[in-house]
Amino acid sequence: MTDAAPRTGVAGRTGLRAHPPEVSAARARRWGAFYYAEQVLRVMKGYSWSIVMYSVGQPVAYLFAMGVGLATLVDTGNAAFGGVSYLAFIAPALLVSAAVMTAANEFTFPIMDGFKWRRIYYGPHASPLTPQQIAAGQIIAVTLRLLLQSAIYFAAVALFGASTSGWGWAGILVATLTGLAFGLPLMAYSASITEDKGQFALVMRFIVMPLFLFSGTFFPLDNLPVAVRWVGWISPIWHGTELGRVFSFGYREPLLLTVLHVAFLAALAVLGWVLTRRRFTLRLGQ
Amino acid sequence: MHNHALTPTGTLTGGPPNGTVISAENLTKTYGDVAAVDGISFAVPAGESFGLLGPNGAGKSTTMKMIGGVTRRTAGQLSIMGLDPDTHGPEVRAHLGVVPQQDNLDEELRVRDNLLVYGRYFGLPMSYLRPKADELLEFAQLTDKAKSKVDALSGGMKRRLTIARSLINEPRILLLDEPTTGLDPQARHILWDRLFRLKEQGVTLILTTHYMDEAEQLCDRLIVVDKGRIMAEGSPAQLIREHSTREVVELRFGSERNATIGSRLEGIGERLEVLPDRVLMYAHDGESALEQVSARGLRPLTSLVRRSSLEDVFLRLTGRSLID
Ligand SMILES: Nc1ncnc2c1ncn2[C@@H]1O[C@H](COP(=O)(O)OP(=O)(O)OP(=O)(O)O)[C@@H](O)[C@H]1O
Ligand SMILES: [Mg+2]
Repeated sequence: MTDAAPRTGVAGRTGLRAHPPEVSAARARRWGAFYYAEQVLRVMKGYSWSIVMYSVGQPVAYLFAMGVGLATLVDTGNAAFGGVSYLAFIAPALLVSAAVMTAANEFTFPIMDGFKWRRIYYGPHASPLTPQQIAAGQIIAVTLRLLLQSAIYFAAVALFGASTSGWGWAGILVATLTGLAFGLPLMAYSASITEDKGQFALVMRFIVMPLFLFSGTFFPLDNLPVAVRWVGWISPIWHGTELGRVFSFGYREPLLLTVLHVAFLAALAVLGWVLTRRRFTLRLGQ
Repeated sequence: MHNHALTPTGTLTGGPPNGTVISAENLTKTYGDVAAVDGISFAVPAGESFGLLGPNGAGKSTTMKMIGGVTRRTAGQLSIMGLDPDTHGPEVRAHLGVVPQQDNLDEELRVRDNLLVYGRYFGLPMSYLRPKADELLEFAQLTDKAKSKVDALSGGMKRRLTIARSLINEPRILLLDEPTTGLDPQARHILWDRLFRLKEQGVTLILTTHYMDEAEQLCDRLIVVDKGRIMAEGSPAQLIREHSTREVVELRFGSERNATIGSRLEGIGERLEVLPDRVLMYAHDGESALEQVSARGLRPLTSLVRRSSLEDVFLRLTGRSLID
């Protein structure tokens, strides 16, 4: 294939030639989501130092405070904790919580930045990328961040000796999936906000915080009155936490329930992804 | 010039060489009750510089966004390189370089990285992008800012970076929505020169502007748009011939008297336009019209005879001055 068209060399000294538009379009159709992910990662690289500090510092601080400090006050032999130390009991939960926290940040403010504050999405939108690819690229980049952060977190858990099963590493995947199950519906919501009236602060206060408190993070959900237990049942954090415990120390629960955790988390993530796609397409194509 | 194997594979129907690259038929966009673009039709042949001229809110940017394949049309036909942007968005956008009215650079990235990242969206390899980015930075006179964050640039510098970015894929069609707004006169003249060179290379330019001199210098042909409709179409010279007289006399009587003196000028020249700050008298022979003004005993504070410009066409067609 030859491209006989004289191309737009501005200075033209270097003899550079871009490939023809047909190639751009074909590549973008195929790899566009990754091209956009590359951009998001490049931006993240700008604050990679704080990402790493956060990823390392947070687990160490939490595991120490909760698992070592608080554990001295908690009856370790308690069967409610699955027969393991309190540290081993909360470690997988903390891992999941950290991923959810990161997802809550990454799927709110940057989305508003894309559509409204700095209108970052409108640049790539004029390129061969599609709105779905822009959304997918953002998700891919955040997923990578969640995987990295969870891996570091898990390494800390392992160093504290808080993962007793050989399957503990699967908690990295569980935490990432939980982050997406929580984050993608939130991303769809973020993409629908046209007027910034401090909605994110409300989301944090009235959705994220209650979910944390009633998701079996610090004590088993069964310790709560039935009247509030449902909060845990619909909370991706609870499902992720329980799933994490199964892998981390062989927490016993019916196999069906384990399957249900995975299905519930996957369903939320898929639902969030579908809604996000639709929002991005509608909003950017306006 | 030997032109244009724009469709090397022959799979996309771009029309014959020097054929139509953009055609719009009854193009319409409504937002709620507002018809931002109200059924406009035009066709742009390859290599032409085509301008959209119109007051604020005329629908220029909306038209540009539809051509750019980023906003979906409400009705009508639109084809870019023979492709419908609704169904072939990526293919259409791959042909274009776009300078939107509102800069949308990635402010978190450094200046040079903005060019690299944008080029990646076209699947261009880094081995091409690195030297190309340097070439474009030089073009935009931003070489010494290559490593700065975009936030740190002035408005005019950001504009120049946006223009540089639009060229990263060496587009054959360039969409420029008010490209020189916010540039100082020197930067504007440099940009005109560069656009002229692109035009010489056969690049099709579609541009909107509020500057008449820009339109006259750069556009082979333009449409005057108002309230989403086309008011007139033609080359700058044609439009001036059809909608204005050869010369114009500008008279200033002081802001108090401009309005009242209008009636005493009746009958001189072809047409009279009374603006708050001046009176415009349209005549084929400006000097003789000015003599008639003196003959009636009127003494303007200042008077000036000039040739008609697009500004006058615009005023005539829309009843509005372009620069508010
Ligand atoms: N996203 C939108 N939602 C609602 N109305 C819109 C939207 N975009 C444009 N409009 C309306 O469409 C009309 C045309 O706007 P447009 O931006 O195309 O004008 P323009 O000719 O580019 O004006 P200007 O010279 O000020 O840039 C205006 O009445 C504007 O309010
Ligand atoms: Mg505009």
